[in-house]
Amino acid sequence: MIGGLFIYNHKGEVLISRVYRDDIGRNAVDAFRVNVIHARQQVRSPVTNIARTSFFHVKRSNIWLAAVTKQNVNAAMVFEFLYKMCDVMTAYFGKISEENIKNNFVLIYELLDEILDFGYPQNSETGALKTFITQQGIKSQLQTKEEQSQITSQVTGQIGWRREGIKYRRNELFLDVLESVNLLMSPQGQVLSAHVSGRVVMKSYLSGMPECKFGMNDKIVIDKQGKGGTTDEAGKSELGGSSGKQSIAIDDCTFHQCVRLSKFDSERSISFIPPDGEYELMRYRTTKDIILPFRVIPLVREVGRTKLEVKVVIKSNFKPSLLAQKIEVRIPTPLNTSGVQVICMKGKAKYKASENAIVWKIKRMAGMKESQISAEIELLPTNDKKKWARPPISMNFEVPFAPSGLKVRYLKVFEPKLNYSDHDVIKWVRYIGRSGIYETRC
Amino acid sequence: MTDSKYFTTTKKGEIFELKAELNSDKKEKKKEAVKKVIASMTVGKDVSALFPDVVNCMQTDNLELKKLVYLYLMNYAKSQPDMAIMAVNTFVKDCEDPNPLIRALAVRTMGCIRVDKITEYLCEPLRKCLKDEDPYVRKTAAVCVAKLHDINAQLVEDQGFLDTLKDLISDSNPMVVANAVAALSEIAESHPNSNLLDLNPQTINKLLTALNECTEWGQIFILDCLANYTPRDDRESQSICERVTPRLSHANSAVVLSAVKVLMKFMEMLPKDLDYYGTLLKKLAPPLVTLLSAEPELQYVALRNINLIVQKRPEILKHEMKVFFVKYNDPIYVKLEKLDIMIRLASQANIAQVLAELKEYATEVDVDFVRKAVRAIGRCAIKVEQSAERCVSTLLDLIQTKVNYVVQEAIVVIKDIFRKYPNKYESVIATLCENLDSLDEPEARAAMIWIVGEYAERIDNADELLESFLEGFHDESTQVQLQLLTAIVKLFLKKPTETQELVQQVLSLATQDSDNPDLRDRGYIYWRLLSTDPVAAKEVVLAEKPLISEETDLIEPTLLDELICHIGTLASVYHKPPSAFVEGGRGVQHKRLPARAGSGESAESPDVGQAVSAVSDAPPAVIPSQGDLLGDLLNLDLAPPTSNVPPVPSSMQMGAMDLLGGGLDSLMGDESETSASHYRTEVQSPQPPECSERELGGDVGGSPAMGVSLGGAPVGMPAGLGAAPAVGGGLGDLFDLGGGVGVTAGSYIPPKTVWLPAMKAKGLEISGTFARRSGVIHMDLSFTNKAMSVMTDFAIQFNKNSFGLAPAGPLQVLTPLSPNQTVDVSLPLSTTGPVMKMEPLNNLQVAVKNNIDVFYFSCQYPISLLFVEDGKMDRQVFLATWKDIPSENEAQFQIKDCHLNSDAASNKLQGSNIFTVAKRTVDTQDMLYQSVKLTNGIWMLAELRIQTGNPNSTDLEVGVIFLSGLNSNLPSSRRRTSWHALLSAPHHLSLTTQSVF
Repeated sequence: MIGGLFIYNHKGEVLISRVYRDDIGRNAVDAFRVNVIHARQQVRSPVTNIARTSFFHVKRSNIWLAAVTKQNVNAAMVFEFLYKMCDVMTAYFGKISEENIKNNFVLIYELLDEILDFGYPQNSETGALKTFITQQGIKSQLQTKEEQSQITSQVTGQIGWRREGIKYRRNELFLDVLESVNLLMSPQGQVLSAHVSGRVVMKSYLSGMPECKFGMNDKIVIDKQGKGGTTDEAGKSELGGSSGKQSIAIDDCTFHQCVRLSKFDSERSISFIPPDGEYELMRYRTTKDIILPFRVIPLVREVGRTKLEVKVVIKSNFKPSLLAQKIEVRIPTPLNTSGVQVICMKGKAKYKASENAIVWKIKRMAGMKESQISAEIELLPTNDKKKWARPPISMNFEVPFAPSGLKVRYLKVFEPKLNYSDHDVIKWVRYIGRSGIYETRC
Repeated sequence: MTDSKYFTTTKKGEIFELKAELNSDKKEKKKEAVKKVIASMTVGKDVSALFPDVVNCMQTDNLELKKLVYLYLMNYAKSQPDMAIMAVNTFVKDCEDPNPLIRALAVRTMGCIRVDKITEYLCEPLRKCLKDEDPYVRKTAAVCVAKLHDINAQLVEDQGFLDTLKDLISDSNPMVVANAVAALSEIAESHPNSNLLDLNPQTINKLLTALNECTEWGQIFILDCLANYTPRDDRESQSICERVTPRLSHANSAVVLSAVKVLMKFMEMLPKDLDYYGTLLKKLAPPLVTLLSAEPELQYVALRNINLIVQKRPEILKHEMKVFFVKYNDPIYVKLEKLDIMIRLASQANIAQVLAELKEYATEVDVDFVRKAVRAIGRCAIKVEQSAERCVSTLLDLIQTKVNYVVQEAIVVIKDIFRKYPNKYESVIATLCENLDSLDEPEARAAMIWIVGEYAERIDNADELLESFLEGFHDESTQVQLQLLTAIVKLFLKKPTETQELVQQVLSLATQDSDNPDLRDRGYIYWRLLSTDPVAAKEVVLAEKPLISEETDLIEPTLLDELICHIGTLASVYHKPPSAFVEGGRGVQHKRLPARAGSGESAESPDVGQAVSAVSDAPPAVIPSQGDLLGDLLNLDLAPPTSNVPPVPSSMQMGAMDLLGGGLDSLMGDESETSASHYRTEVQSPQPPECSERELGGDVGGSPAMGVSLGGAPVGMPAGLGAAPAVGGGLGDLFDLGGGVGVTAGSYIPPKTVWLPAMKAKGLEISGTFARRSGVIHMDLSFTNKAMSVMTDFAIQFNKNSFGLAPAGPLQVLTPLSPNQTVDVSLPLSTTGPVMKMEPLNNLQVAVKNNIDVFYFSCQYPISLLFVEDGKMDRQVFLATWKDIPSENEAQFQIKDCHLNSDAASNKLQGSNIFTVAKRTVDTQDMLYQSVKLTNGIWMLAELRIQTGNPNSTDLEVGVIFLSGLNSNLPSSRRRTSWHALLSAPHHLSLTTQSVF
């Protein structure tokens, strides 16, 4: 299991050092600094073995988090734990920076004592932790016995992510379907790979211990219901048929730990008791029938050894009534670029020498439109034999729909003990599609 | 208020000031001071001098302050054990606190203070906390048992904490269960043979229930523990798989990977024709792909594991090539891993796509990545024959880029392509030669020189090219020097007239001016070879080379199987067994995949199976007969070693020729190694269990005579045999191959005898026998309850013994044994236990415990139990060793009344892992030369002489010679056995040692 956990600043000075196991000595702190942070050659693996001691590290801005062990630990678990540790710290004091860590070192030690025991991760749900690890240490004295046992049962309980007795005057929930659409396209317009990775993020402000059920246009579920419909009556099957067209095939999905996985496995229904506040309900991935919001058509021509002509056309490919925002096209330029002239029909384009790219920004663009940029790039003559690698043209954007085609069909809330029904809950749904790695080779 | 100021105090006299502040009356000031102390401790300053002052602050109702003091204590208690005692009272008091958070904090911290006196005081509070009403305290106490065990294992056992911990597996709170499982797993790792975590269907059921309810981390602990369980049969295996598969949808990647580990392992037991097997395969792919959208560090862990999974079960991800395409912004460690997997998944169906990608990568910036991409193109050419042409043209395009490292890498892989497809792509040599000057890396230079030498006849200026390399001969690396030497000799043999001067030059450079013994030896051998017999030289040096293998750098199958059992862990990231990077014996015991049930398909990779069986099918080479035995052995030593050097008729030349032949043979091997150094053939690393089945099958099939003789006297199969699935499968296989001849092949299993009569053991009767199945030693036991009451809680232990036999797992008597009930148990044994010489040598003292008492008995195992499957000694080694054996280690026996001819005897003996290395016939006698290897590495060699004249009265005469292996701790006088016992046994063949020791 994890033998120790260290946090360093970018200079390699240790800010937090907590040792859990006797086999990890103080010299491990220095070993990581010398061999990884100060290494002459950049370390190229997140797992490093130094003198039979293994170091796992992640970096957040310029802060290094390192977990140390001498045993054959579960490596995936260690990284998951390090990410979780970052989440918990962010939830407590915001951005992970040297300043924040130094200001909160007492709190961090307290957290590390709680969420890692003898190197075994314990309950690390921020919701639960915040009930008893507070920045006002004296608070514990004011707790009543009931409060204490409530805390412990939450920390260890089946529903470790939610406490009892939550009350809201207005029961409300927000669902965000956030998708990132990834594309790699060949210069000829052939899709080399495309996938959508999506997340359903929920903000719930619900009283009591509500039982929720979430439904979407999952092909497997719709098909099953469609079959049921045909036996009933013609009208219903028609309805099922029309929604069947809009159903999507989900390659795989993963769920927050509140979702009953065995139920999903057997019935494919998503039921859960949600944590209070914001959390990520599920992640999913689709590869079939993706709506690619933009098409990029590149044209690069090398005119002699000192000049390049670039023309890029972008086409928006969605309903004309919708508007895409924050559009940015990044056209890489060779390292020996000496000057660039750009002409674009829409938006603003600039050559950024420090980034070796022409950045073309368009604030808004409606569906089924087209726009184009052309540039002349002048090059300095070099004796470098190596050809320019021609990195792909990448794109950023935001669209108000889900490129995977996912639709939320329902989110039902049941709270048998309290007096509110599904109809009393105010529900909001929003779809946002963003570009992930959206590249076209040129 | 900002706390960061505590990190900046560096002035002198700081300790003194802190001391004063710590002893201040003001609470706030005290707290500030403790914070300063902790900050100093963090940055590595020694603040141990403040120990008494800090401990004085412990008695406080401020929880935050208390935690800080505890943190200090955990760091410095070890250096100040006497002072640490001062803290004990507070701990003990806190363990009684009404607030469960404080109780847990106290017990958690106490366990981290590694001072003997404190641990003594810890026991009572810990006992209470393990039974605390609050689950938070119990879950903390469970981990504390593991902490205490790490400090003082004996104490934990004496105090009975282990039993309490086991009880916690049935706790109502899932988190308590998870922590108890984690603690027990850790403790069990340091006692590999204890049945501490005795996993049985009941506990497994409890764990699977808790799995649905506990935290993500708890699920990992439980899944990792489940992976150590071996289900009894395929049905149990399937039902566990069904309950684990929902975990594949968990958001935590570690939960997913641990679930994959359990499934990959248990799948091994499912018959392949089962529908569920196919369903499971399909279910595994999507979650593995999803792991690739996790954070980069996790992607790396996932990719390293996927690399193992595609080697073990390529079918899972064969359609998922695209997801492994490299993204421009992937970190380099992710890129390199993806590339590896792309090559593993490359097939004829997707090769066009893969090549297009690889070509794209070869133009990237990162040097390592580009090199690997170029190399990958070469590997594709070797793997997918249809793509070879396209690969070569892609490589040529890359060479045209003139980027130095790309060119060099391309030349190295083109050399490999030549070795795979000789005489096909030589047209590109001209292009390669153009780039001669730009090569500065030894590997590329060596590859280029090899190409020039190999195709010297097609390169007009080959001599000039090689000569240009020769100028700086002494500045080259050894690799290049050796290659240059060989290439020039090849050139000379092809074009002798023009290159005489050149060859003399290189030979003198290699032999006279070099300090390198390898180079010098190779030089001398060529020199003598060329001067003695140029014709032979031509045949040797220009011999046809074996084609290089298709699959490259695969992990050796046994290691792969072990790593599959470690999916998700560091071992799977390093691709090394835990013993390679974990200190001490902790948790490094080898894990194995369970054997498949049912007869199914026995060999997963038919090539391997066939190749191995082909090898063992080949009749033992016949040694030419001449002269008497002694002379014969001497002659043998001088005879040409292998068949690839043709026999030379002249007896005069024979000696010299042979000397060279032997030397060259190894030399050629050496050369092909350097030119294809990173290739390893899969064929040569057999999978032990499979090949042993195959070997037996092959032999039985090949000798019907023996089948008949054995079939006439069928041997009753011991009851335990039917229960072991591996053997069932193996036997099914045997029947097929044996063409319907009913044979119980394999080693002889004596019938069960009563070891412990009921009278001596309060009604428990134990009978048993030993068997070796699929390379694993089993102790087959029958327990009979002849008492009036129910017996439960069986456990078994062995005393130290001569060959280190020890139970490989706990004794699995699953249900309580009711009166008059008999239960059969097969206990796998390992030979890694403690060793002590016994009298007689094969004596084993056993202790069996049940709920009534502990009983002792001793039994003797047949020595043939210890004969391992890889006991076939190489002929050359055999000859060399035979001579070296001192005569006092020799023994001779005569076996009468054995009606077997030499082939049948050889086959019978092979069933007991006694292998015939060679056979020869002298007049009316057949001589068999045999080798046996014991589990502890001791070799035994034997010569078996059989009268062939009269088949009815065959007399066997055996000479047995013992040869101690490494680390043999047995005196030679004890190593006496006889072959006759096993040949004279009337209807089965075995090595019984009763009459011997």
